[in-house]
Amino acid sequence: MALAGLFLVVFLLVHLGINLLLLADDGGQSFSAAAAFMGTNPVIRLFEVVLFGGFLLHMAFGVLVTIRNRVSRPVRYQHKSQSETSPLSKYMIHSGIIVFIFLVLHFIDFYFVKIGLVAPPAGIDRHDFYHRSLLLFSDKGYASIYMIGFLFLGFHLNHAVQAAFQTIGMNHNKYIGTIKVVSILYAIIVAGGFMVIPVRFMLFR
Amino acid sequence: MIFTLKIWRQKDAADKGGLVTYNVDDISPDSSFFEMLDQLNQHLIAQGVDPVSFDHDCREGICGTCSLYINGRPHGPLKGTTTCQLHMRSFRNGETIFVEPWRCGAFPVIKDLIVDRSAFDRIIQAGGYVSVNSGGIPDANTIPVPKSDSDASFDAAACIGCGACVASCPNASAMLFVSAKVSHLALLPQGRIEAARRVQNMVATMDSLGFGNCSNAYACEAECPKEISVTNIARMNREFLAAKLFAEKEKQISVSL
Repeated sequence: MALAGLFLVVFLLVHLGINLLLLADDGGQSFSAAAAFMGTNPVIRLFEVVLFGGFLLHMAFGVLVTIRNRVSRPVRYQHKSQSETSPLSKYMIHSGIIVFIFLVLHFIDFYFVKIGLVAPPAGIDRHDFYHRSLLLFSDKGYASIYMIGFLFLGFHLNHAVQAAFQTIGMNHNKYIGTIKVVSILYAIIVAGGFMVIPVRFMLFR
Repeated sequence: MIFTLKIWRQKDAADKGGLVTYNVDDISPDSSFFEMLDQLNQHLIAQGVDPVSFDHDCREGICGTCSLYINGRPHGPLKGTTTCQLHMRSFRNGETIFVEPWRCGAFPVIKDLIVDRSAFDRIIQAGGYVSVNSGGIPDANTIPVPKSDSDASFDAAACIGCGACVASCPNASAMLFVSAKVSHLALLPQGRIEAARRVQNMVATMDSLGFGNCSNAYACEAECPKEISVTNIARMNREFLAAKLFAEKEKQISVSL
């Protein structure tokens, strides 16, 4: 789960990089060029399969591990736990499920449109991600749903990155402090970065 | 001092059990938690009621026999101590105190607050030892050990196997215990020889006994009476990964008569 997770962590950075091109004031030229590259380059096409595999593995392990963890304590305590814990660590499956719901929505909005499963809105080509995004984010309610999705993704990542390093055995007092800071920064940058885009389109259209 | 106690009572492993409320008074702030329970039990015996069963032995925090999940924390509110080292002055006068047994499928309740922790023994039997006799005390420096390694090993060896890590873990995982045992041997030359086999066998046994998995919540580290660090878990994960990937294959010799 940790390895699949770390792979997804790299993917998110690439995805964020391309999305931030939406902010470029060029009528979507650079963004569309990047989207076209991602949609046609054979290496990227191959990696899309790997990426789906990574997502599936991560989710399957997440659900399996959570079930095993629940089963391991058949009789629960009467008194609520007062132990100090890393605060977001206990809610990974919850934040994960919210991100998954968001992912399904995201697939209906973009990927299924691209591959032709869902009809694109009138006047927009199914490969035209730029105008599709503009239309989506012009709806304030919809933009809010996206931002809530990213907020929970941020919560998930904040614990996830440092936990993944611990799981693969990288916890040493030489660098664990750095890993923790990087983990928090990464979560803020990724969640914040994705959120900036709908905010920009809502406020300055 | 006076207290209201809500204690888990359960006749035997098959009984459903439940919390029973008791009131105790005339408790000295300097009495230990167990002395307070002893006082309660004297009252119960005088009334002809079955006294509360709980595990205890050395009463000085070194044997790992005592347990008790007190007000949502294993070994109670005091950091870095076992229940036997907990005194009633750590509670407010008149406070309601919940006392429950360790909760984990691998630690079934035997009676009241006593759980069967032999799952830990089975994990130790799977590899928590050095197979050859180590002999008498060797002369200093016959086997060189870096000071940092010996310190880290000793810190891990401080684990008394009480099970507070499992009790506090949101997933009832035994990773802190197993990693402490793996670390304390893996860091020393005598333990290094069997390190690859040990970590694989101990982890496999831990998994087979129905403990949960580590989700890095670190409640174990916060509650461990010996303050064992979660860096041991990372070390165990490293050892496990290295053993799975790089350990020499053991030759199987078949003997035919």
